[in-house]
Amino acid sequence: MDDSLANMIACPKCDALHRIPEVETGAQARCARCDTVLMAPQEGAMTRIVMLSATGLILMVGAVFFPFLELTTHGLGRKSSVFDAILAFSSGLMLPLSFAVAALIVVLPITRMIALIYVFAPMALGWAPAHNARSAFRMAEAIRPWAMAEIFIIGVAVALVKVAGLATVTLGPAFWAFVLLVIVTALKDSFMCRVTVWQTLNQRSA
Amino acid sequence: MANAQPAQRIVTARSAGLVGCAECGRVHPRSVEVCSVCGTLLSSRDTFSLQKVWAWLAAGMIAYIPANVYPMLRTSTLGHMSESTIVGGAIELVEYGSFGVAFIVFFASVVIPISKFIAIAYLAYRVQKGKRGHARHLHLYEVVEFIGRWSMIDVFVVAILSALVQLNFVATINPGIAAVSFALSVAFTMISANSFDPRLIWDTREGKPA
Repeated sequence: MDDSLANMIACPKCDALHRIPEVETGAQARCARCDTVLMAPQEGAMTRIVMLSATGLILMVGAVFFPFLELTTHGLGRKSSVFDAILAFSSGLMLPLSFAVAALIVVLPITRMIALIYVFAPMALGWAPAHNARSAFRMAEAIRPWAMAEIFIIGVAVALVKVAGLATVTLGPAFWAFVLLVIVTALKDSFMCRVTVWQTLNQRSA
Repeated sequence: MANAQPAQRIVTARSAGLVGCAECGRVHPRSVEVCSVCGTLLSSRDTFSLQKVWAWLAAGMIAYIPANVYPMLRTSTLGHMSESTIVGGAIELVEYGSFGVAFIVFFASVVIPISKFIAIAYLAYRVQKGKRGHARHLHLYEVVEFIGRWSMIDVFVVAILSALVQLNFVATINPGIAAVSFALSVAFTMISANSFDPRLIWDTREGKPA
């Protein structure tokens, strides 16, 4: 491969060619035409991503199986978990929606966290990237818009207001696990710059 | 902040006879088909991008119609049965005095989807007409990409309510069929936005060779 091409970068959003600059840790390089962040190396980013993903996985287990909300009115009570919310659409025609909701709030976020750990854990330890690290990271990036745990939390808040007049609602431990999960996910994504990750993957596996 | 050095005036990978990877930014000669860094299929521009965008957008708009016509929630309290649509649900919230939440619901399920339809159609139309775009069009695209998923809120609200409010005679809430079409509409428009190749924004009609 022509060496001069390795010193160039084409902005993924607008195709403008740049020479790859030296970017200090903590600084950002942006595209001169469209202002997209091209590179943003950060101190210990990989270790943090691994730690936060692992935390997220543990929280997710709690969030799914512990009671999420508890409703009481006129002496009647009902506890429901995230699992019950998924099964809400399980009757008849709406069954596919149950699968979709399960995927959006549980399966895809979990898949993404496992993929990120698989990609970054060996690199954080200074080893060569795992065998399928490239496909795993590509998948994690493709899943990103479809992992909707944080949107689910806002949905819970809206639902709470809707039933507040009807009954007393108590927040269960799983609710707080989910809130933490959202914060952890947001932090994790803020440490990740796609182009930088690919460059590092490339250097390390060469 | 270290800015990447533009090679004098802006030269694109395409005009230099090269192809840039849309995933990782690596530059390759035009003849290379798969990116050596990340394994993505390379194409200078996604040729079918606009077709996909229009097709998914149309599907999303069609699914949005039943989502508004049919009931989203079927509530029964003390034997009294009522059904509410998306807009009806927001109005109900206003009647309870929860203006903030009513606003969130209305914004997420009416304002965002409709402005998304308009924004995607506008961007695709400009590209099709060969009008040269600016950074602000890319920003519009990024906003659409970022905000689109938040429309899913209403589907989750319905799921949570239906799971939680199952108190036999006192109160039961069940999902209506609109939940399905609304979820589909959101998913289709997300796919539509994802299929758009933002690099097309900068291409002019005359600069469209090879």
